[in-house]
Parts: sequence; structure tokens; C-alpha cells
Amino acid sequence: MNDVKSIILVGVGGQGAILVSRILTHGLVQAGYDVKMSEVHGMAQRGGSVSVQVRFGSKVHSPIIGRGGADIMVAFEKMEAVRYCEYLRPDGIAVINDYEILPMTVASGSAEYPEGTLDEMKKNFTTVIVDAASMARDLGNPRCMNIVLFGAMVNALGLSEIDWVAVMREILPSRILEVNLKAFDLGLKA
Amino acid sequence: MMKSLMSGNEAAARGAFEAGVKVCSAYPGTPSTEVFENLPQYGDDLYCEWAPNEKVAAEVAYGASIAGARSLCAMKHVGVNVAADPLFTAAYNGAGAGFVIITADDPSMHSSQNEQDNRLYSKFAKIPMIEPSNSQECKDFMIEAFKISEMFEVPVFFRMTTRVCHSKSLVEEGKRTEAKVVEYRRNVPKFVSTPANARLHHVDLEKKLSQIEEYSNQSSLNSEEMNGSELGIVTSSISYEYAKEVFEDKASYLKISICNPLPMAKIKDFAGKVKRLIVIEELEPFMEDQMKAAGIKCEGKNMTGKLFELNPELIRERILGQKAEFIVSNVKPVGRPPALCPGCPHRGFFYTLSRKSDYVICGDIGCYTLGCAPPLGAMDSCVCMGGGFSVAHGMSKAFQMNRESGRKVFGVMGDSTFFHSGMTGAVEILYNKGAVIPCVLDNRITGMTGHQDNPGSGYDLMGREALMIDIEKVLVAFGYENVITVDPQDLKAMQKAVDDALGSDVPAAIICKRPCLLIKRMKHDISCCAVDSNKCRGCRSCLKIGCPAIAVRFKKAFIDPTLCTGCTVCAQVCPFDAISKEAR
Repeated sequence: MNDVKSIILVGVGGQGAILVSRILTHGLVQAGYDVKMSEVHGMAQRGGSVSVQVRFGSKVHSPIIGRGGADIMVAFEKMEAVRYCEYLRPDGIAVINDYEILPMTVASGSAEYPEGTLDEMKKNFTTVIVDAASMARDLGNPRCMNIVLFGAMVNALGLSEIDWVAVMREILPSRILEVNLKAFDLGLKA
Repeated sequence: MMKSLMSGNEAAARGAFEAGVKVCSAYPGTPSTEVFENLPQYGDDLYCEWAPNEKVAAEVAYGASIAGARSLCAMKHVGVNVAADPLFTAAYNGAGAGFVIITADDPSMHSSQNEQDNRLYSKFAKIPMIEPSNSQECKDFMIEAFKISEMFEVPVFFRMTTRVCHSKSLVEEGKRTEAKVVEYRRNVPKFVSTPANARLHHVDLEKKLSQIEEYSNQSSLNSEEMNGSELGIVTSSISYEYAKEVFEDKASYLKISICNPLPMAKIKDFAGKVKRLIVIEELEPFMEDQMKAAGIKCEGKNMTGKLFELNPELIRERILGQKAEFIVSNVKPVGRPPALCPGCPHRGFFYTLSRKSDYVICGDIGCYTLGCAPPLGAMDSCVCMGGGFSVAHGMSKAFQMNRESGRKVFGVMGDSTFFHSGMTGAVEILYNKGAVIPCVLDNRITGMTGHQDNPGSGYDLMGREALMIDIEKVLVAFGYENVITVDPQDLKAMQKAVDDALGSDVPAAIICKRPCLLIKRMKHDISCCAVDSNKCRGCRSCLKIGCPAIAVRFKKAFIDPTLCTGCTVCAQVCPFDAISKEAR
């Protein structure tokens, strides 16, 4: 069972982590892997913190991991990276979006957004920091930030043998396909 | 055949379809909701509906079973509390055609008020129970559940948990099998539960349970997997997958998928083949207690604990004593508690009630429970579906008896909850002369579970138009002579409604009517508010409405244009007229 890889995607509700997990699992299934994925619905929506776990290999039992169980983490928001970093193996890789979403308590001034999240992650883990927000904005669609990060993750995981462009063609609606393919390309090179 | 990735809920729906189910009724509740959202795709072969509550859903499904159609109902774990009455009697009477009840439990309470272990219901109600551990089993075992139901003429519980419901794994689909239609014939001794009949039913049921235990002992659903004699593990549901992850082929397993009645002979046989026996199960020691009572020496809860979900890491640590290696960040994140969305119609209501600190507000289950969170903080209690009005009534009676009768008490619930079980509370207040203002926050949808239709929304589960039941007329018909329907987003009107209701000489009720902005089939007037920083004095009044779109930057209010929907509640509370609506 040692060939099983575990990925944890974390972010804030509405950032598109679920869409990335759909593309990812679709590609992995087509490539012949056993795949399990876990997400929690309900209260986690509405601007809350979100985590999705994807596991793949020749045979996967548990759909979820515990602390220290993920080979790679993709954080769509940088404070979420420190929230969930316990789930990452000490020798794991963290792909982090250099992007802040203020919780309501911070926006209203009753709490402070922590300083030094990226430095803390760099100190503890092998990190790939991506300015996905700027890249997506330059492409003209801030929402495709998630696919930039997806590209960076594919690169970090060494999953480039799968034809992700074909997978995205199957899953994404045509009106947003082209911009997302460009976003993916930028992420691959990030 | 190509396998596809399905959630447990999708697969359970697929399984019911393949099992030839014909009549399906449910009330939404996380984590069970998507089972029924996945049924309309099979709409040519089956009938499916949202019922007003779980008791109704269970009764509808049982009625269909009596009439000879395979039937399904689904609910979250606490829904079974609501449906318990018909289910206990259905067990005594027995099923007609196959009758399966899905209970979706929520260990760790991801979206629930308790983590009751509904396996205990299977013993209590004397209803056989099947537990799948992954999506393929959700589909295959559903077919088996219908088979057992018909073979022994009993209802069958199908217990899932959050991780089984919401995890996705590969499923190979099969074909639908239609049941042979048997013409309905009245059967009074079986289906009319008079005491005389019930005495016979109980004797019958105990016999059936012994037969099903024998079946459970023979069934391949309870399967042994031998890997030596050092360690044996008895496990079920998602815990089986966790155990396999941790112990791989270094332990022998007895996987229990029919957990009531337990296959005790098979368990005894397995126990005799291993030197050490451990039971791995989430929540209550359901299997362990029964095994110990049967004289089987085993361990379990002394290591795994009764609280919350398990996972492979916790099993490794608690049973093997191996601590996981991980790094805790020194930089601490701040929380992201859920909040009412920008533009949520509930905001104006709770803001208005939050202005008086001595109001007592009894809430209910739904998005509006979030009215309890600061800065709104406008809630005293939240107990269960439909409890808002009756708990409020009880509090008002206590205030009367304690000579605190000056207290103003509000009962609060949403439209779907009103139809679920709130109407009886509204009747109670009138009948027993309560001093409570019942308030229905009618946002035209069942919100928290992800937008399911209800008797007030005008549509059914299949997406067809349905009779739209008018809450105002219902309250008037009960005897509320002063029903005030108000747009909660208009704060002046909202305040006037509250004052009017409190000052009313006749029984009064408030209906806050404005659709949730996330309802897809409606057109919403979305725009954006902006702050004139010359006028803003940084008084922070606008922060008191608890809107995620408003922040303070450089001591002035700032509205995030990507989040704002232009509801203008903030503009209405600004004392300096510094916020106005912009064209987007």
C-alpha cells in the first residue's frame, strides 16, 4: 500500500477547491489509479475554511488522512496553509497561494491576520509559493486562480504524464476553457 | 465496465434504483441530502419527493411498502428521532414490499447538534441494520437491504456516516431489477396495529430476528479475512477502511456489514482463531458490549474512545502507540466561523432584535441559527427542528410563574422548519395563551442543507411546479389575528413590525419574507454599496450588522465590492449617511 499518495487541498469556501479536486480525480481515474476523495458539506460553506482530501494509488483504503498524512498540500489561501499544515508530512511539499482572504473577525478589527505565514511554512517545509492571484488577474479572470495552483501542484507531484488538458476539456464549460488552459500552463511553470 | 467515482450518497441512490425502488420520500439533512438529490435522474422508473419532515417521509415510504411498492426513505441521524414512532410500529407489523430507511450519522458533528449512534436504534426498534464502508458497498448493499427486507418482511435500516456519505470512491454500475407486482389485498391482522395484533406481532418479530441472526451468520456481508492468528479485528463501516489502512495484512479481520442482528456465532468462531481480539468502531461500543455480553474476550473502547470520528492516525496512535510525525505552526491562524452571507435576508431581522438586550429569542435549526453569533448575538436557545416556538412558549410560562412577565419572548424559525414541525408550536402558543411572538423567517427555500424545495417554495423535488402553501394564511387560520408580513431588509418596517406585534391586543405573529439570494431560479436585484470616506467618521455602527462584506481600513468603513450584494442594511444603520447604493 506504500504507493498511495495523499493530497490535501485547503482554502476558503468559494475559491474553487472542489472544482480542482474534480479535475484531479477524473484524471487519476482515467489513468487507472484507485482513487478516494473526501470533502465535508454543510456548515463548511459560506466563507468558512474548506479542506478536500484526495488519495490515489494501486489500492486505497481510507478516504481520509490524519495529521502527518499528506504528501502534498495545496493552500488556496496562505493562512489556511498554517491551519492545516499539521496534516502535511514533515518531508511533504506545500504549494501555497500568496493570497489573503480576511475572516470577518479580522475585517471588523476584532482579530488580527497573522504575520509571517509564508516564512513559517518556508521554515518548516519544502514550499512552492505562487502568486496565483496576479497571474489570474493578468489573464483577465481572477477566478482561474485555482487552476494556476492546480498546474503548480501537477508539477510538484510529477503527474505530468496525465493529459490534463484533455481532462479539463471534458470537465470545464467551453466559455471558461481557454483562459483556464492558459492558467494551468502558467501554474505548471511557476 | 468502466467504473466511475461516486459519493456514498450517489451510490446509495443508484443502488435503490437498481433494486427496483418505486416510492421514495425524505426530508433533507446533512449528510444524507444528496441521496435524494440523485434520485430525480431515475424519475421515469420511480417516484421521489421531499416530505415536510422525517416522520411523514417514513410513513409515506411505509405506506408504499404496505401497498406493494419497494420504498425508500432517508434522513440524518436526528431525523430518526422524529420518525421513530412509525418506524417502531413498522418493525412490529412488518414490511410489505421492500422498505429501507437510510440513517446518515454524523460522528464529530460536522453539521449536527449531537453525535448519537443510530446503531442503537436498530436494537431498540428491532430493525435489522446494514452498514456499508465505501461507495461500491453503498450501491451493492442497498440491493441486499431490499432483499433482506422482502425475505423476512421487515423494514431495514441502512446506516451511513458522514465519511461514507461524502467520500467518493469507484463504483461499477449494474442494471435495474423490477419487482413482480403483486395485487394489493387488505390484511387487517398484519397492518392494523391494535394491541391484540401487536402482541402477535412481537412474538413474530422475535422469531424473525432469530432467523435474521442465522442469516447474518451465513451472509457473505459479514466476511472473514485471515492473515495469521496474532491479532484479530472486528470492525464495520468506515472504521474497516481505517483499520485496513493501518494494519494492512498484519491482522485478520471480521468485517461486519449486518450489524443488527450481529452474527454472534461467526464472531465467536473468529475470536477462537486469534490470540488478541480488538473491536474498532466509531462512537458507542455497540458491537463490543454485545460481544462481551456473549462471553467473548475483547478490547476496543478502552483504546479507541467514544468521542468523535476515528481516522488512521488516531487508530495508529491509540492502538499501536505510534505517534504521527507532524509539524505544528508557531504562527496561529484565526478562525473563520460561518456567518450569514452578505445580503442574507435574516440579517435585518436579527439586527433589529439585537438592539434590545432584554429580548429573549428562541431559535431553531437552519441558516438563521447563525443569528446567535457576534456581533448580532440575538439568540437564547436552539434545540431541535420545530422547537423554536414551543421552547419560547415554555420560557414565557416560566417567566410568568417567576414573576418576570415583563420579558418579551420571540420564537424564530424558517419556512421549511415551520412546515417540518413548527406549526404545532404555533398552535400551542394560541391554545395555551402564550406570551410569545412567533416569527417565521421565510426565505423561500430550505437553505442550510443546500437549497431543497419545501411546501412553501412552489416546486417539488422533481423540479415541477407545486402548490405553494401560504404561511400567512396558515397562521390566520390557526387564529393569529394580527399576522404582520414584512421585508426584513427594510429596517424601519422591521422595527415597526416588532413594535406592532409587541403592542398587539390580539395574537400576533411576524413573517419576514424575502428570498435567499442564492436561489438560482430567481432573478435577484444585485448591486453594490459604497462608503463615502469624507462622510464616514469611523463610528463602526455598520460593523454591528455582522456583514462579511464590510471591513474597517484606515479607520474608515470599507465595503468589498466583490462580496457586497447591495442589500443596503449597512446604509440604513449608518448615522452619517455615508453609505449609498451604487449602480454596478
